[in-house]
Amino acid sequence: MIVLENVEKTFENVKAVYPLSLTIDKGEIHGIVGTSGAGKSTLIRMMNLLERPDNGTVRVGEQLLTSLSDKELRKARQNIGMIFQQFQLILNRTVAENVEMPLELVGMQKKERAKRIEECLRFVGIYDKKDAYPAQLSGGQKQRVAIARALANNPAVLLCDEPTSSLDPKTTTEVLQVLRHINETLGVTIVIVTHEMDVVKSICKHVSIMKDGQLVDSFEIEPQGLNDAEDHYIEDLKRIAVAKSNG
Amino acid sequence: MDKIIEYQSEIWLSIGQTFVMVGISILAAILVGLPLGTYLYLSRQGNLYENKILFSILDTFVNIVRSFPFLLLVVFLIPFTRYIIGTAIGTMAATVPLSIISIAYYARLVEQSLLDVPKGIIEAAISMGASKAQVIFKFLYVEARSGLIFGLTTATISFISYSTVMGIVGGGGVGDFAIRYGYQRFETELMTFTIIIMIILVQAIQITGTKLSKKLDKRS
Ligand SMILES: Nc1ncnc2c1ncn2[C@@H]1O[C@H](COP(=O)(O)OP(=O)(O)O)[C@@H](O)[C@H]1O
Ligand SMILES: [Mg+2]
Repeated sequence: MIVLENVEKTFENVKAVYPLSLTIDKGEIHGIVGTSGAGKSTLIRMMNLLERPDNGTVRVGEQLLTSLSDKELRKARQNIGMIFQQFQLILNRTVAENVEMPLELVGMQKKERAKRIEECLRFVGIYDKKDAYPAQLSGGQKQRVAIARALANNPAVLLCDEPTSSLDPKTTTEVLQVLRHINETLGVTIVIVTHEMDVVKSICKHVSIMKDGQLVDSFEIEPQGLNDAEDHYIEDLKRIAVAKSNG
Repeated sequence: MDKIIEYQSEIWLSIGQTFVMVGISILAAILVGLPLGTYLYLSRQGNLYENKILFSILDTFVNIVRSFPFLLLVVFLIPFTRYIIGTAIGTMAATVPLSIISIAYYARLVEQSLLDVPKGIIEAAISMGASKAQVIFKFLYVEARSGLIFGLTTATISFISYSTVMGIVGGGGVGDFAIRYGYQRFETELMTFTIIIMIILVQAIQITGTKLSKKLDKRS
């Protein structure tokens, strides 16, 4: 579904992502873990070209994003939802108006918009707050609204950059359940960037591990072996440490 | 009271002149200052229309206009005013330098309000596939609206203050009236009266502007 080929990105003097390739299959929940500064955000932001790679190609579905015109890219982005650690809701618009925004952008008629807003808000279980402003909501509620907004145009892919990192453990679990529900019932391919191993353990089918701008591992998690990811991660860290101490 | 009644037609005239001068300044601020301030913001490094050269030129222009002693700016602009209006004297002529300072002044306030909008909102907009125009009108201005209104309020009060010295080019207005009739002819009553009018006007604008900007601000 998402194919990154030899993408790399340098900011001024910082190499955020070294050339790497990664394929994310249709319908999976793919976790990208690593410590702060590993380049995870840069990597996921390349998947909708919020960050354009210096080299390499990005394909989402049938489309080679890196070769599209501005206009085509805008259109393609409507098929790729994204949520953020800080939610990034429009604070001067109500919950319903936030979900309405992407529908407005594609020029949907007012009546249809109202219907779609209700569907999306009900889906994430926050319809009762439709007339509230984001400032009146808790973190978990804000993230639900952000999810509803990201889903409004029925995207095939949902990109999540640290979606639970400003939430408490209980709310984290709730938001992850919503994401899993989206994956299972709508078949949306989900990419989750996180520094929290627990997030990966609880919902990801496939995990990629990043360190210092490199992809150090990428593997499937067995449905039963919840601790596999952690074991892998620890092994990887050991391997890297050994490699480093050997020069 | 007698004096006020005696001079009432002059008072009304001067109030009318102030409204013309300040009104045109506000129009200029909105029609030119708002786009200019928006472009200053957008052309800044790392932003949507990054353009180092144009940014520096406009930034310097705004700084120059704003650092000029206002009376000097008025005098300096006389040839330009004459070119635009046909004369450098009178209320309409006075609106030219007033508009120039208004544009520069409000542009800076607009830029500041836009800088206060979290960058993440713009990224969210782009990730939704918003065009540049949509980012500006549906996201930036919506999030910055209370700052834009508050800035316009502050600016309007400054425009009133600037307009009071336009007597120098025959612009008239309430300030000029206070100086010519009240101060120079020692009519303390007239001077006090016009100053009270000014205070009420400024207060009314400030209170309305503050209220409106608070009402529109849902961010906290
Ligand atoms: N816009 C930017 N300008 C300069 N440096 C950046 C920028 N974005 C990220 N970086 C740098 O790139 C590296 C990777 O950042 P990031 O992808 O945000 O990591 P992570 O999300 O894993 O914490 C860090 O060293 C960070 O400081
Ligand atoms: Mg990050």
